[in-house]
Amino acid sequence: MKLHDLTIHEARRLLKGREVSSVELTRAVLERISDIEDKVHAFVTITAERALKRAALSDKRIAGGDCTPLTGVPALIKDNMCTRGVATTCSSRMLQNFIAPYDATVVERLESAGMVMVGKSNMDEFAMGSSTEHSAFFTTRNPWDLGRVPGGSSGGSAVGVAAGEAIYALGSDTGGSIRQPASFCSVVGLKPTYGRVSRYGLVAFASSLDQIGPLTRDVTDAALVMNAIAGRDPADSTSVDHSVPDYTQSLVPDIKGIRLGIPREYFVEGMQPGVSDAIRAAISTLEGLGAEVDWDLSLPSTRYALAAYYIIAPSEAMANLARYDGVKYGYSHAGENMWDAMEKTRGHGFGPEVKRRIILGTYALSAGYYDAYYLKAQRVRTLIRREFEQAFQRYDALITPTSPTVPFRIGERVDDPLQMYLSDVCTLPVNIAGIPGLSIPAGFADGLPVGMQILGKPFSEEVLLRIGYAYEQATDWHTRRPDIQEG
Amino acid sequence: MKLSREEVLNIAALCRMSLSEDELERFQGQISDILENFEILQQVDTTDVPPTAYPTPLQNVWRKDEARPSLPKEDILANAPRQEEGCFRVHAVLEGN
Repeated sequence: MKLHDLTIHEARRLLKGREVSSVELTRAVLERISDIEDKVHAFVTITAERALKRAALSDKRIAGGDCTPLTGVPALIKDNMCTRGVATTCSSRMLQNFIAPYDATVVERLESAGMVMVGKSNMDEFAMGSSTEHSAFFTTRNPWDLGRVPGGSSGGSAVGVAAGEAIYALGSDTGGSIRQPASFCSVVGLKPTYGRVSRYGLVAFASSLDQIGPLTRDVTDAALVMNAIAGRDPADSTSVDHSVPDYTQSLVPDIKGIRLGIPREYFVEGMQPGVSDAIRAAISTLEGLGAEVDWDLSLPSTRYALAAYYIIAPSEAMANLARYDGVKYGYSHAGENMWDAMEKTRGHGFGPEVKRRIILGTYALSAGYYDAYYLKAQRVRTLIRREFEQAFQRYDALITPTSPTVPFRIGERVDDPLQMYLSDVCTLPVNIAGIPGLSIPAGFADGLPVGMQILGKPFSEEVLLRIGYAYEQATDWHTRRPDIQEG
Repeated sequence: MKLSREEVLNIAALCRMSLSEDELERFQGQISDILENFEILQQVDTTDVPPTAYPTPLQNVWRKDEARPSLPKEDILANAPRQEEGCFRVHAVLEGN
């Protein structure tokens, strides 16, 4: 096995046993980046020099016996998380030259655990999109088929992990932005419970929905990253003071008697047969491992989730993005007076999808429409949340596809916003309800990855990891790596 | 819900964001389609259903009101498009309007 293809736990074993140094591991990953980056375009910034310095420090730390499971392991951070001294662009012209004066809490926690950051990953601008095609810079390619999208918005992070350009990555998920690219690239992606991980230093998109989580090569690695990033942070008042377990304790390959519900609304119209087949097969595997599977579950409000989401998220985004005025930081356009300069700054600094959502959000919040759109969407949000609550009285977890389709072709949906929004139809109800969701590799349809989504009640990440781990022990999808060629 | 050109212009003015002629035309059609699609919400009976603003039941979160060190002024101004005498330079607010 090549060094750049190792999981965190495999790398840790070699680092701890002094069979490989962090500098060697980091060099291998950097070499892999220079070999394939011009094919996949996962990085906005590559921090090679900084990475090698951190790796040398990590080697000292390991030699001194002071190492965590993440010490010396190369990682990729989505470019909407602040990194002191390294640009944080959100893949937007607006922040193209922005260098944060502080680290996001997740970055600070990973740094103190000994992370070796190799770069910042490409994304849809301000995390608005499902394909990275809305990046203001370039589109990231799916390593399984370079003519297809990697999913989004954390597409660069998912590709980095799938293609061997980092051992693990962080992404953020507002409506599926960790899970959908994880599914499209055949890696593991966890969106934790709302409030489980601090968002301090995450550039805000929709504050009642955003959450940070890991993208990794297997479930064990997701548990290791969660151990480092989860927990209350006084700097994020929405982070919850709920005890953080050792997530590796849930890595037990035993799901006998665990109750799984399959909500029928997630096997939607327009779902590709290959995806449906793969998920049904995965559910049979879980059943074979002793899970009690019930197909007789309905979550009827699911059909309203897309509309509710695309009112709530743009409304919050419109408020969050009001700060980009060209005065304190970011892109600034000259103008005749204050308003003229501000309008031009925002008009030229934001790309089309961001502008579309700001307009949609401004409309939904404007006088005369607030009750019909925003308030209505928030009431529907309550119904969706309650249906999940009721389901979790009967089931330990729910199983769905992560995406109704395999990765689509570059260009296929970019000019049709509604089609693009439909990419998130299986993932966004989860953010609306604030519950955790795990996507794991569950096979292929026509050679393209399919992800299975496992959902649980708030703060039940351990249950999701246990189910994912048991499935992984019985299958080998997560061990497959793409053979990167020109598509 | 069909948005008129004037409505899109009015919204753009509310959020202080210029639009090109091309964007104006495209957004008018696209956002009209999106809103029409979202009419589906009006079918839902939400009588007596309270709105959810945040998924967690957090109430007010307080911290101690005590002085803490802040970031150095130079660090904060380092990203400013225009600065003068240790301050952000802004356009005149009252002039001319």
